[in-house]
Amino acid sequence: MSATFLGMPGNFPKNAAEAVQNSQLRFNLRKATHTIRDKRAAVVGELPDWQELRAAGKAIKDHTLRHLDRYLLQLEEAVTRAGGTVHWARDAAEANRIVADLVKATGETEVVKVKSMATQEIGLNEALAKEGVTAYETDLAELIVQLGDDFPSHILVPAIHRNRSEIREIFLREMPDAPAGLSDDPAALAEAARLHLRERFLRSKVAISGANFMIAETGTLVVLESEGNGRMCLTLPRTLISVVGIEKLLPTWRDLEVFLQLLPRSSTGERMNPYTSMWTGSVEGQDFHLVLLDNGRTGVLADEVGRQALRCIRCSACLNVCPVYERAGGHAYGSVYPGPIGAILTPQLRGMSSDLDASLPFASSLCGACYDVCPVAIDIPEVLVDLRAKAPHGAAERAGMKAAGWVLNSERRLGAAQRLASRMRRFVPKRRLPGPLAAWTDTRDVPDIPEESFRDWWERNERA
Amino acid sequence: MRVALFVTCVNDTLFPGTGKAVVSLLRRLGCEVDFPAAQTCCGQMHVNTGYREEGVRLARRFTEVFAGYDAVVAPSGSCAAMVREQYPKLVRPGSRGAAAVAEVAPKVYELTEFLLDVLGVEDVGAYFPHRVTYHPTCHSLRGLRLGDRPARLLSRVRGLELVPLPGAEECCGFGGTFAVKNPAVSAAMGADKARGVLDTGAEVLCAADNSCLMHIGGTLNRQRSGVRIMHLAEILAATEESR
Repeated sequence: MSATFLGMPGNFPKNAAEAVQNSQLRFNLRKATHTIRDKRAAVVGELPDWQELRAAGKAIKDHTLRHLDRYLLQLEEAVTRAGGTVHWARDAAEANRIVADLVKATGETEVVKVKSMATQEIGLNEALAKEGVTAYETDLAELIVQLGDDFPSHILVPAIHRNRSEIREIFLREMPDAPAGLSDDPAALAEAARLHLRERFLRSKVAISGANFMIAETGTLVVLESEGNGRMCLTLPRTLISVVGIEKLLPTWRDLEVFLQLLPRSSTGERMNPYTSMWTGSVEGQDFHLVLLDNGRTGVLADEVGRQALRCIRCSACLNVCPVYERAGGHAYGSVYPGPIGAILTPQLRGMSSDLDASLPFASSLCGACYDVCPVAIDIPEVLVDLRAKAPHGAAERAGMKAAGWVLNSERRLGAAQRLASRMRRFVPKRRLPGPLAAWTDTRDVPDIPEESFRDWWERNERA
Repeated sequence: MRVALFVTCVNDTLFPGTGKAVVSLLRRLGCEVDFPAAQTCCGQMHVNTGYREEGVRLARRFTEVFAGYDAVVAPSGSCAAMVREQYPKLVRPGSRGAAAVAEVAPKVYELTEFLLDVLGVEDVGAYFPHRVTYHPTCHSLRGLRLGDRPARLLSRVRGLELVPLPGAEECCGFGGTFAVKNPAVSAAMGADKARGVLDTGAEVLCAADNSCLMHIGGTLNRQRSGVRIMHLAEILAATEESR
């Protein structure tokens, strides 16, 4: 059973400092992110109208968010009309309670799960376990994470931090029906997982999923996936429970035209994903329950700058292109949402009261690569900078920045500070600065302080 | 043309040679260069670290100091991007100083933009007989979209051999206060960037931002690599006579 991120100690700089020392992790992440990054660039480059699609995706999401109240009610009505039951959950506890009660009402003690970020976010598996219900992940990567009693480290590829020999070891250790002579050949590993899961699919009476999109007009839910496990879970069990964030809405069926192009190309780097499942309400022989999850989203919606994070379609393109994510890995972010999108989403959903959450807006060099690849044009650097202004700052840092602001707000004070630095230049230790600046000189030399600042040179030579 | 030099606080304090190079280059190309002495800092460090109030104060100061010039030239992609891209969001339309931002911000140019787009000069008459690689800094690449401007200018420098930098478009890991707030990741990114520089076999690494160069150069120095860092302006200012 994978543990939950909630209440994780530490902060991003500390977690990342440990992660960068892990050579296996660095190698795995570099290889994996660069592979997906290049695939994405190739298939995005094929479309001459990519920027138009991106603008359309942004516009549709913004419109939906502006009228979310209306579209949610429209969705509820459509789902209900089609025989489904809609539940509203304010937070994680409410959502978990609703799902647990629904499962218990069926009398079952096992459920199969389709990969879902929303259920990770609320810690559903752990909540169900407390109620005596075992949840089995059926996505290959989620299965690896679950069997390894591990944390997911990527939105799309939760086991990206594992290589195939590590996966082989996890299977041999934790999967009772793994073949004795299992090799680390990817096809052999997939086959072992397939056999292991097949039996679960046939046995389970209850499935839990999320959704990539919900169509307000028709009440249809949409799941995109690569392995076919989703389709098994969505069709075989007698009861289907979908937990979906309220921002996953699209107004009309036609809007899918845009998103079914944006998502696969941005996430797996494919022109089209292998399996797309769509369902509307309850079908014969299956009860359908939709749990609409807020869990902080309406708070995000109220923030003028931060609300753009709700456009996110969880493609992971920003993670795969992020130089910080590539080196720190997903676990350093202490959230099911790692990488650049996590750095703006987690502090907004959870607040910034913990040391970890307050450190997330600073987990970026503001290089802007994430904004360039985002299929719904979320200006992640803009939101990061905005959150930095809202984050708590340490007293020493605040005093230092105030002092720097005071010096920089006067050319006379700046000139005096520069002359002081020039006079002290021989005493500046190039390899060992004091205080917080030691963080610079631990790995980098300090440049030579010049004998004279530019402004003094100009004053001496150029001023007429 | 009345051109103001915005030297930037980092160059003013730590890299005065870059400011001098811009002055000599622009004069060689026939510009009258002024240095408004009241200038200090664009406010980027404060804004990007979460001290908006101080940042806005510096932004208002900037637009007052540089009002009335035909063009403001900065030897920094990052500071030019701060003024052009971030000021209009920082000083909101309708608030105090917004009109000054709207007037001044569009006239602020990063050096290579000014040379190519305003002066229309590709061959600046420079001579620099060295093997050079160029790192496109994030704010010049993805903020200002400088594109091939620096390469076009460098390719016309006599004697200069320009070698491509592997992984050029990846951030070097400087990131302002990121370099000290997240030193481990910053150093890891810097190490990879430094390796890319060493792989080129270049003697000199140049860029449009001394702040990023200070980070990569500090890493290269610590390794005793022997690679020199130079601001793009200093290469473009170099002539046979100046050697």
